Amino acid sequence: MAVLETQVSSADATFRENRAGMEALLTRLRSVEQRTRDKSAAAKGRFEKRGQLLPRERVALVLDPGAPFLELATLAGYGMDNPDPEKTIPGGGNIAGIGYVRGVRCMILATDSGIDAGAAQPMGLDKVLRVQELALENKLPYVQLVESAGANLLKYRVEEFILGGSSFRNLARLSAAGLPVVTVTHGSSTAGGAYQTGLSDYIIMVRGRSKAFLAGPPLLKAATGEEATDEELGGAEMHTTLSGLGDYLAEDDRDALRLVRDIMGKLDWNRDIPAAVAEPAPPPRYDGEELLGIMPMDHKRPVDMKEVIARIVDDSDFLEFGANYGPATVCGQARIEGMALGIITNNGPIDPAGATKATHFIQACCQSRTPILYLNNTTGFIVGKDYEQAGIIKHGSKMIQAVTNATVPQITLYCGASFGAGNYGMCGRGFHPRFCFSWPNAKTAVMGGEQAARTMSIVTESAAKRRGQEVDRAALEDLEGRIIDTFEKQMDVFATSGRLLDDGVIDPRDTRGVIAYVLSICREAEQRQTQPMQFSVARP
Amino acid sequence: MSKATPFSKILIANRGEIALRVQRSARELGYRTVAVYSSADRDARHALEADQAVCIGEALPAQSYLNIDNIIDAARRAGADAVHPGYGFLAENPALARACADAGLVFIGPSAEAIEAMGHKARAKLLMEQAGVPCVPGYQGQDQSEQRLHREADDIGYPVMIKATAGGGGRGMRLVESTGTFLEALASARSEAQSAFGDPEVILEKAIVEPRHVEIQVVADRHGKALHFGERDCSVQRRHQKVVEEAPSPAVDQALREQMGETAVRAVQAIGYEGAGTLEFLLDGEGRFYFMEMNTRLQVEHPVTEAITGIDLVALQLRVAAGEPLALEQDDIGFRGHAIEVRLCAESPRQGFMPQSGTLVRWRAPRTLRVDSALQDGAEVPPFYDSMVAKLIAWGENRDEARRRLATGLEELVALGVETNQGFLARCLRDPVFAAGEATTAFVEQRQADLLHQDEEHGQQLQALAAALLYLTDRGAGSARSGLSSRLPLIVRYQLRDEDGAATLTRMQADRLQVVIEDVTTEFGLLGCTADGARLECGGVVETVPLERRGDVLHFLHGGEGYSVTDRTYAAAAQGAADGGDGRVRASMNGRLVSVAVREGQRVEAGEAVLTLEAMKMEHVHRAGVGGVVSVISAAEGDQVAAGRVLVEIEADASEESKPE
Repeated sequence: MAVLETQVSSADATFRENRAGMEALLTRLRSVEQRTRDKSAAAKGRFEKRGQLLPRERVALVLDPGAPFLELATLAGYGMDNPDPEKTIPGGGNIAGIGYVRGVRCMILATDSGIDAGAAQPMGLDKVLRVQELALENKLPYVQLVESAGANLLKYRVEEFILGGSSFRNLARLSAAGLPVVTVTHGSSTAGGAYQTGLSDYIIMVRGRSKAFLAGPPLLKAATGEEATDEELGGAEMHTTLSGLGDYLAEDDRDALRLVRDIMGKLDWNRDIPAAVAEPAPPPRYDGEELLGIMPMDHKRPVDMKEVIARIVDDSDFLEFGANYGPATVCGQARIEGMALGIITNNGPIDPAGATKATHFIQACCQSRTPILYLNNTTGFIVGKDYEQAGIIKHGSKMIQAVTNATVPQITLYCGASFGAGNYGMCGRGFHPRFCFSWPNAKTAVMGGEQAARTMSIVTESAAKRRGQEVDRAALEDLEGRIIDTFEKQMDVFATSGRLLDDGVIDPRDTRGVIAYVLSICREAEQRQTQPMQFSVARP
Repeated sequence: MSKATPFSKILIANRGEIALRVQRSARELGYRTVAVYSSADRDARHALEADQAVCIGEALPAQSYLNIDNIIDAARRAGADAVHPGYGFLAENPALARACADAGLVFIGPSAEAIEAMGHKARAKLLMEQAGVPCVPGYQGQDQSEQRLHREADDIGYPVMIKATAGGGGRGMRLVESTGTFLEALASARSEAQSAFGDPEVILEKAIVEPRHVEIQVVADRHGKALHFGERDCSVQRRHQKVVEEAPSPAVDQALREQMGETAVRAVQAIGYEGAGTLEFLLDGEGRFYFMEMNTRLQVEHPVTEAITGIDLVALQLRVAAGEPLALEQDDIGFRGHAIEVRLCAESPRQGFMPQSGTLVRWRAPRTLRVDSALQDGAEVPPFYDSMVAKLIAWGENRDEARRRLATGLEELVALGVETNQGFLARCLRDPVFAAGEATTAFVEQRQADLLHQDEEHGQQLQALAAALLYLTDRGAGSARSGLSSRLPLIVRYQLRDEDGAATLTRMQADRLQVVIEDVTTEFGLLGCTADGARLECGGVVETVPLERRGDVLHFLHGGEGYSVTDRTYAAAAQGAADGGDGRVRASMNGRLVSVAVREGQRVEAGEAVLTLEAMKMEHVHRAGVGGVVSVISAAEGDQVAAGRVLVEIEADASEESKPE
């Protein structure tokens, strides 16, 4: 037992200041998410009139009531539909998350058809591709609740059309990988979108609502002159009786979701998965609520990340590895909800000793098949003559090699700064961690904005000096301002999460729950026997 | 008949709580017990807990508990030498007493002759009049002609009660308010008596308006001694069946008690009665009492007498039946405090007290009360027998204490899975009229509105609670980790008792749940679930709600009443359109259209044959799913048609339009 001690006091002024900052960020996060929900819910009247459920109501109904649901990438496309932070409606036009359907953990993807009738939104395709990747990697059955007007022809972009094919490719891959793809066609699924339905293993159609055809009445008339109704071309009854595209005919949305649940319930999907351990894990000894007051809003202020670890691991029990060797890079073992994991985090820049220790630790985790959690709080690898001469580049490279080639699930959490190559060494998004989440205060960049601005000023000043010119102070200040602005705008979590550089922003208080959830997903995937096939399940 | 008739093994020819009650006293006195059971009661407690048990036939009473041959045969097989009939079933059937005598078994009860005499209302009344017992003025003559009966009724004076001579349980009874309606009431009473008892004979009695029902418990030995054990007041009745019983009666003082007791003792001595029995009287507002009938058996409500006298009446029955002389004197029988009993019935008060059956999934009796029942978790309540499933008895130093204890105990009682009159009983006990000791036989009818009514606020809170509990007890909720439960609005559909409802549930925080039903918002704090139930906070008050979930059905206790709610959230949708509910008649398979029975513009009713398809060498008649007018016939006779093809379209009548567009 190595129980961590704490210095944190919730009565402390710094703590309260940190907490106020974190709460403000959380409020902003929730209000942005709420804006998307409100926008979608505003379509309620229209949906009700058609006897339909709203997209979020559909998701809620397909899920087991009260069971965990980890919603992903709620900020996707933030600021891209509208640069005004008060007006942007992020989410990529769909709702995605990992939840339980009749006890089967699934990836759920639902078109947010309350918004623009489900038309594609910025980063929507990227979000779909990411959740498909997550489903594949984690062996999660894939449930789609589809209702899309398709692409907005006024916003047509050729690359989205071409790359959009990847989402269909992924559906075929999921099926071939032995992961059932279950689709409800709640409404339109037309033209290219028809393949979203067509590439599914189980298709549920809703009487009077589903529409799946390559060409609807107007396009058909334009192309061949043939006249036909929506129902004849792609209605639920037609597809379930004549074309065979639909497998189940549902009376309404609710009925369709019941069918999804029935299908999942019949899979006996967890037959090989051992039942969860009965003994409950001891919770951390310190209040998880205090995670709000640990991180300073200014990433230049130092933090002891062991205070964070003490609030997320079982019994606050953390066995530190090489505590006195390269102490700024913290490595150690712990459990969360009984599941063993290695944790790597930063109490300062990564130095040669820290990099080599981390490399050793990553390899040891791989040897014992222990997943690794990276709690990012780094301003980067250390710089300076001594460190360059000590070989910081080669030691950093070693660490990056270890991260890249690690054979265990790696989970990344941006807790504060994640700058420069530190982002690489700490398994940033580019290194394909299995899951990647951010706290609302996270900042991700090649370097700090002021640092970048200062660098540019020095370069400019010395260039002027070489040419014997007078430095234009005003211009220099203007330049610095613009650089800081460019960096700040992009390092902010709304910007990074909006660009899908993580899988979502989480409340620090949910950290233990989220990490436990994804650890169990990884563990289940490792245990699960699937039946990969050469081809996907094909329709008759 | 003064010799001893010892026995050692008692067959109890009954079921349920009374069988267990008799077993208890029998065991205490050192007797072995034999239970009998029907096929519906194979796992019932009375069968399991007896020393031995014998199956006596199928579920229907006539094939088992009312089958004397089978019972006598059971006694022979098990080697029983005495039979206790309990109450109900054969307890007042002289044939059982006679069959026992013939088989050499001791019948624990009076002689067949006494049972027979008291079972015939007219004869009983005559005997009682002869013994100097005051009777209700009336007519019990042989002349059953309409004219005679009508004249007699006019002479007695209205209101008059018509009763079936062989009757009981309120059947064949009619209250006649005036001479004009007499003949009609007579006809209906007779026909009911004929079908219920096979005997249309009736007697007439002066109806005592809003009387109290007061009865005297007696026990007589075969040595000529008879004792009374005071009175019981059973005024609270519904449809002539007792619901609440108490001792002593709030309307009887010591002098009246002695007077009634002496009358009763005199009566049983006059007819040479042996065993336990009860004389039922009507007591009017002026303290006059009239003999109504005598029950020649142990009464359901005997525990209230036991509670205030401290005497085990079943034990006395056993001693007397063995020929022992009563070792008590009248002065030894004292009365202490007050006792009230309620009969818990599997029935639905809101549906006219309709009997209910099913599985009692959870049963927790309050520890503060005497509870006579044969229930346990998972007990079956079969539809074949009396709906009474338990008796709850409270004793107190005074009436208010007993009443309070009983009402509170009732509200704590956990009886889930089958609807009961639990809440109704508690409301009876807490009713101001009953509390004042002023309840008469008209009480339930007069106070019905209050006794059955639940206010609107209660209804809203109940629905919100039901929806919240469905959510909390869902299998998925068990796997919830703190903070990760879905915060999406979940529309739960449910059926609470018989009413459909829908609620939108939103998890606000890890431990808070918001329930919205038709613009009424209720918030619950979720404190956790234990084996006992769900611990919930609402409006700042925390309570544990006892519950039991079986699949889609959740049973829970709220406000002293058991409720069942069914989760309909994922219920399969009605296949309205699938069977032509959208007005389209589709080919059910690939085939040849043989005939079309309608033409365009013709009106058809739902279910009417529209066309016939021949496929796989068989003819398949297709019918209209809705009523309306045939608007399109899109195929002709002889056509080969594909499955699913719409062949006929019917424009449905406006009111039947089911699918909104």
